Amino acid sequence: MSDTRQTTTTETRRVSIKAFRYNAETDYLPYYKTYEMEVGKDELILDLLNRIKWEHDGSFSYRRSCRHGICGACGIKVNGKPVLSCKQNAQDLIDLFGDELVFEPQSTKRAVKDMIIDKGDFWSKHAAVKPYVQTEVDPHPESETLMSPEQVENFLEADYCIQCGACHYACPVIEVNEDYLGPAAFAAAYRFSVDPRDEAKIERLETTAELGAGVWDCVKCFECAEACPKDVNPIEKITKLHNMQFEEHVAERNVATKHAEGFVRSIKKFGYLDEQDIVLYSEGLGVVKHLSEALKMIKAGKVHPFDLAKKKMPRSKNLEEIQKLIEISKTHEL
Amino acid sequence: MSKLKYALYTGCTARESTPELLSSTLAVAEKLGIELVLLDEASCCGASHLQDFDEFLSLVLNARNICYAEKLGLPMVTICNTCQLNTVMTKERLDHDPEMKAKVNEKLAEVGLEYKGTSSVRHFLYALIDDYGLENIREKVVKPLSHFNIAPFYGCHNIRPSHIHYKHNNVPPQGEYDIGEGGGEMLHHEEPLMEKYTHENPYAPTSLDRLIEALEGKPVEYESKNKCCGFHVDLQAPETSNALSGTALLDAIDHEADLMVTPCPLCQLNMDLKQESAGKQLGREIELPVLHMPQMVALALGCTPEQIGLKYNVTKATQLA
Repeated sequence: MSDTRQTTTTETRRVSIKAFRYNAETDYLPYYKTYEMEVGKDELILDLLNRIKWEHDGSFSYRRSCRHGICGACGIKVNGKPVLSCKQNAQDLIDLFGDELVFEPQSTKRAVKDMIIDKGDFWSKHAAVKPYVQTEVDPHPESETLMSPEQVENFLEADYCIQCGACHYACPVIEVNEDYLGPAAFAAAYRFSVDPRDEAKIERLETTAELGAGVWDCVKCFECAEACPKDVNPIEKITKLHNMQFEEHVAERNVATKHAEGFVRSIKKFGYLDEQDIVLYSEGLGVVKHLSEALKMIKAGKVHPFDLAKKKMPRSKNLEEIQKLIEISKTHEL
Repeated sequence: MSKLKYALYTGCTARESTPELLSSTLAVAEKLGIELVLLDEASCCGASHLQDFDEFLSLVLNARNICYAEKLGLPMVTICNTCQLNTVMTKERLDHDPEMKAKVNEKLAEVGLEYKGTSSVRHFLYALIDDYGLENIREKVVKPLSHFNIAPFYGCHNIRPSHIHYKHNNVPPQGEYDIGEGGGEMLHHEEPLMEKYTHENPYAPTSLDRLIEALEGKPVEYESKNKCCGFHVDLQAPETSNALSGTALLDAIDHEADLMVTPCPLCQLNMDLKQESAGKQLGREIELPVLHMPQMVALALGCTPEQIGLKYNVTKATQLA
């Protein structure tokens, strides 16, 4: 709760920077080194990175290029917050985190040298969704290809992506599931799939519908939306890909799609979600793998699957309103 | 202080597998003299899964829920992070998209309702902290939690996205905010907008820590407190879910937590119920009681064991009372 920016914006502030140091070629383990400096009100994180290199240790390494927030090279994490170094005011972060700032690469386990990481997984996953317009182009068109403002509006936000990797390396699923394509790839898949010139929408929807790699493995943590320095809002694009998979009949009946669709079935019946039924309905025979957890819940008296008197599902008051609204508002079925 | 009164949107979980959440919420309100009117007409919020399947239907159903709070002329409070976010994302959409609001209201009119946008929607955690006040809560403590190291687990949907948190979970009365709708507006500003982090910083949240301190418990400082528990992929990707919940639980245990507390029943279920399978996957035994936020408050306020409902916690928690 450090809302001190009004009183401090004109002064320099002393900060100690704990920077992640590692050279994959010579170091067995990474370590942190502390650098003290006075930070002016207009200095950016990139300025501090430069000052570490120029004033303290010439071997300190980081990526930098355009210096105006478009090349996407200088992304790091400061106290866990993904930032684009060249756009992030340093004193703002001192307000937020106090006078000790921790500089780390976007992913410490992919560190090559200090702030520099191997972004290979990012690029191969990005490429996997074919992030470009696929179409037969007439080399001698008689007129320009026109797009309506609405059509542009559809993908404009996603088009702001600069592939900096902030969302990708903020995503917790990327850390635990190496097949998962990740939020930046999904935002790109969405961007080109709603481009009116493109003809590969179905192919991309199929790629992003795969269990394990696709959007159904998103944990909905909103880390990507929070991380993006360009407000691409990747999770919103993930939701749109989910919707498009159903609209285009790409969604196959599996545990994940039935889980989503099963909500309508439950709400229609009770207003509430039938928590036991949704697991049974989504999993089918696969439900046996939840047996040990089910037994634990029964033991704690949380659920009563075998006691019909106690199992009684709650019902929303005015349930008929809900049923009518579902009937007149639903846009499709699985 | 004038009597606080809210419309309580319980969500599904509190009415089904976590009865202890509802009973402890009602007990805390009673002890503090807060009046909660249950929204029995409300339906499921869709928990982000209905949104994946049928976005428009989810807007209609969530708008209907808010209508019932508006009809009572009361601010709405939620006791589930996911209910909170899905409800305010609907509110956000309808309050800023007149065309969509009209489309939704056309459907609602069929059942005699109209969404107006007059009720605020906040998580009960922030109503307690910002409306009732931590100092006032501290005065009501009869059983200080001073012998516990308590690991706060915030849960994603209360703290992210931060601009939504800032607009909706913030201290009332709300001023005029223009901090972007997540729609590229930030591009047009010279400097990043940091104001959205002033009520709760998703990278270093403090609300639950401060609540624990007010109850005289010792908040555990650990990295995973603002991370994801993995609940939403538990069916299709249990390995992901176990890895995330297990890592957070072990992080809390390694920082000497005696118990964990969370304002979200979905986090609570996942972290409480899956300890054995997460432990198996990660190769370490995991045992840590996980309480709902109102259960913890109810403990400190001296509510009855029936109300606190520790017997419903899967990982043994009855020893805490």
